[in-house]
Amino acid sequence: MIAHSVFFYIFSFIAIISAVMVTVSKNTVHSVFFLILDFISISCLFIMIGAEFLGMIMLIVYVGAVAVLFLFVVMMLNVAEQKGQWFSSRWDGGTHIPVGLLVSLIIFFELIIVIGGWKYKPDLLNSLSINISNEVTNTRSIGNVLYTDYILLFQISGMILLVAMIGAIVLTYRERAGVKRQSYVKQISREKNEGVDLVEAERNKGVKIDV
Amino acid sequence: MFSIGLGHYLTLAAIIFTIGVVGIFLNRKNVIVILMSIELILLAVNINLVAFSIFINDLSGQIFTLFILTVAAAEAAIGLAIIVVYFRNSDTIRVEEIKNLKG
Repeated sequence: MIAHSVFFYIFSFIAIISAVMVTVSKNTVHSVFFLILDFISISCLFIMIGAEFLGMIMLIVYVGAVAVLFLFVVMMLNVAEQKGQWFSSRWDGGTHIPVGLLVSLIIFFELIIVIGGWKYKPDLLNSLSINISNEVTNTRSIGNVLYTDYILLFQISGMILLVAMIGAIVLTYRERAGVKRQSYVKQISREKNEGVDLVEAERNKGVKIDV
Repeated sequence: MFSIGLGHYLTLAAIIFTIGVVGIFLNRKNVIVILMSIELILLAVNINLVAFSIFINDLSGQIFTLFILTVAAAEAAIGLAIIVVYFRNSDTIRVEEIKNLKG
């Protein structure tokens, strides 16, 4: 029990510090690395409380795909070391800082008030849909539910990913001049009489072909 | 102190959520950091859902977290594509210089 709580405090401390560093650090590449650290520590927490499938999925999806995507974009756009000051603004003299801090503090205290005064009602336990059983593993029980009860949502999320992929390709695609590419229509629609030229050749003279 | 309950996880999620909101408000550097703050906010929501799912002993929360992960990945891909297109057109993604909408 004590080990559990010690690990909880370690991982959540790392998560909070790295979340702060994501927003604060001047170099965007450092922000991406702190985002990776944040996701790793949160997935450690997930694995600790027994949601190990989600923890591993977080590692694969976020650290493996999304963070690398962010890194690619940061390096491609060459905006890693932006000159200019931290949080400062040339346009409004920095009046957004107190307003932003105020709104964020209000949000935080509202969340804390809700958590502090909150107890889940006993009759909520009766309205459970899917119980977690101790016999099967976490991955197996998720799979049992995901492909039966939630199959439509699962397929819709696949469609969302497909649409996102097509959208990203359509947005970033551009036609460039001077790039030679294969045209299937042109290739297939070539006729014999325009592709082949029959020439009468004399003996010992050869043929002059003008292309 | 030494028994970790639901409240601990909810407090952690609240802190990370607030840090994400602060990042969106205060950032004037570039849009990519704002996208990362949105990822932080979605992460906080995921922590909430998983903690409730474990402590109420209901699996639905973890299923919802899976779908939130999907949507977050799609959103990151589309947002980064939009940023790339914007950078190609106007050579900057500094937030304070993006003022076509007079924001």
